[in-house]
Amino acid sequence: MVLYRVLSSSPNKPANALQSTLLNMQETIREPMVQDPTQFDVLVMPNLYGDILSDLCAGLIGGLGVTPSGNIGANGVAIFESVHGTAPDIAGKDLANPTALLLSAVMMLRHMGLHGHAKKIETACFDTIRDRKVLTKDLGGNSKCSEFTEAICQRMKDMD
Amino acid sequence: MAGKAWRSAIVNLLTKLGLSINGKEKLKPQELSRVVGAAKNETPQSRTFIRGIQTVTLIPGDGIGPEISNAVMKIFEAAKAPIRWEERNVTAIRGPGGKWMIPPDAKESMDKNKIGLKGPLKTPIAAGHPSMNLLLRKTFDLYANVRPCVSIEGYQTPYTDVNLVTIRENTEGEYSGIEHVIVDGVVQSIKLITEQASKRIAEYAFEYARNNQRASVTAVHKANIMRMSDGLFLRKCREAAEKYKDVKFTEMYLDTVCLNMVQDPTQFDVLVMPNLYGDILSDLCAGLIGGLGVTPSGNIGANGVAIFESVHGTAPDIAGKDLANPTALLLSAVMMLRHMGLHGHAKKIETACFDTIRDRKVLTKDLGGNSKCSEFTEAICQRMKDMD
Repeated sequence: MVLYRVLSSSPNKPANALQSTLLNMQETIREPMVQDPTQFDVLVMPNLYGDILSDLCAGLIGGLGVTPSGNIGANGVAIFESVHGTAPDIAGKDLANPTALLLSAVMMLRHMGLHGHAKKIETACFDTIRDRKVLTKDLGGNSKCSEFTEAICQRMKDMD
Repeated sequence: MAGKAWRSAIVNLLTKLGLSINGKEKLKPQELSRVVGAAKNETPQSRTFIRGIQTVTLIPGDGIGPEISNAVMKIFEAAKAPIRWEERNVTAIRGPGGKWMIPPDAKESMDKNKIGLKGPLKTPIAAGHPSMNLLLRKTFDLYANVRPCVSIEGYQTPYTDVNLVTIRENTEGEYSGIEHVIVDGVVQSIKLITEQASKRIAEYAFEYARNNQRASVTAVHKANIMRMSDGLFLRKCREAAEKYKDVKFTEMYLDTVCLNMVQDPTQFDVLVMPNLYGDILSDLCAGLIGGLGVTPSGNIGANGVAIFESVHGTAPDIAGKDLANPTALLLSAVMMLRHMGLHGHAKKIETACFDTIRDRKVLTKDLGGNSKCSEFTEAICQRMKDMD
């Protein structure tokens, strides 16, 4: 559900046809993930298959720049992370998109039982993206990271 | 050779290759080089070749296999393709010594003809014998599985303009079948990568790219993790690339390929990879263009053997009801014609098939219509008659 909402406000990339057709899934006939991902729910698998499928599914919703991730360990340890690269070409220029790390942090809040805060932050993030007024370059806009961040903060202030 | 003998030899060769010297269109450069190459390499055939007709082993298969095979034969006849079909059954039998094998007459036919077309085979559970596809693969050392995936106009999927080819190493890798229990609860599976198999598939991929005017070959791997196995595979690809400087060579991690594939498949051309990755990617790419019902496939073996096949199932629920879609088998047969150098006939049949689908008037149920298999077949035949 969460991932699908991100898709519906994704940027104007070559995968636009993908977006609009995924919203009309009735006309597809066959099963595979690329034709009807909506038929899938939770998928559990060994290491290599997971390496492949997790990246494939991230591609379906817009790529590693918008995909959250969490790693669960023994002894109650859990580390949540953005899985994109370090993007050295835009580092320090206030151009980065914090969505992946933010959604990972939301995942973290849920893991900690802080559902109210998780919902609030997630909603503010998704509403900002859906609004399409303040978006970083990779999402199809030309705002700064700080502006995108501020827009989300403002929404949350408005929610209170 | 004397003038007249030379001329008729050329005419025969052109006819064999599906080209006409009296036709209005000029021979394309690649077709011309093929003719010249063929003329240079004309040797007494071990392949059956009687008056320009080539014999091909046909394995109709099970379920909808026979009816889609009939459809293909009918279409080939309408196209006047110089092919004679030799039907064979490949249901496994126990040979001397108790070993499972394909029937001797089927093996003999394939060894003689070299080229085969195969429909879907069922693997009965509890039959005791291994999968027929595995048996065929081992019998003829089918080392390369080739699947061209091209978007079909008229059969809409979420992806457009897909035009790539997956080339999968089909003999070893993660499917070596070597597994053992270390201790209770701990199982080990051996991924076998050999220099010989890697070199063979890599060189095939580049040769394919060159012969089919493809711009680039991408090796798909995970050598960052599997340093020795995928590392060896990658090394052989790099070495092959050195011999084919006219084809661009790139490398990409498997997970990156998958991520990019679902976002923009148009960036890919020819992909070569070990067995498991190929198993996954070839089906993924088939999904992009509409599924296994419309995807052609070819298996290249040692000693010049090549078996082209539809990779969908036997569809027992619609078998014998004239409902099946012969597109996958037909496009595989078109692939076969190209492999044999019969480009003219290949183009004609392919165009008729695609035009029929694009037209959307006569389509089988899986393609979104409600026509019968025979009606779809007839529509394609009619288009070819109209082309003449």
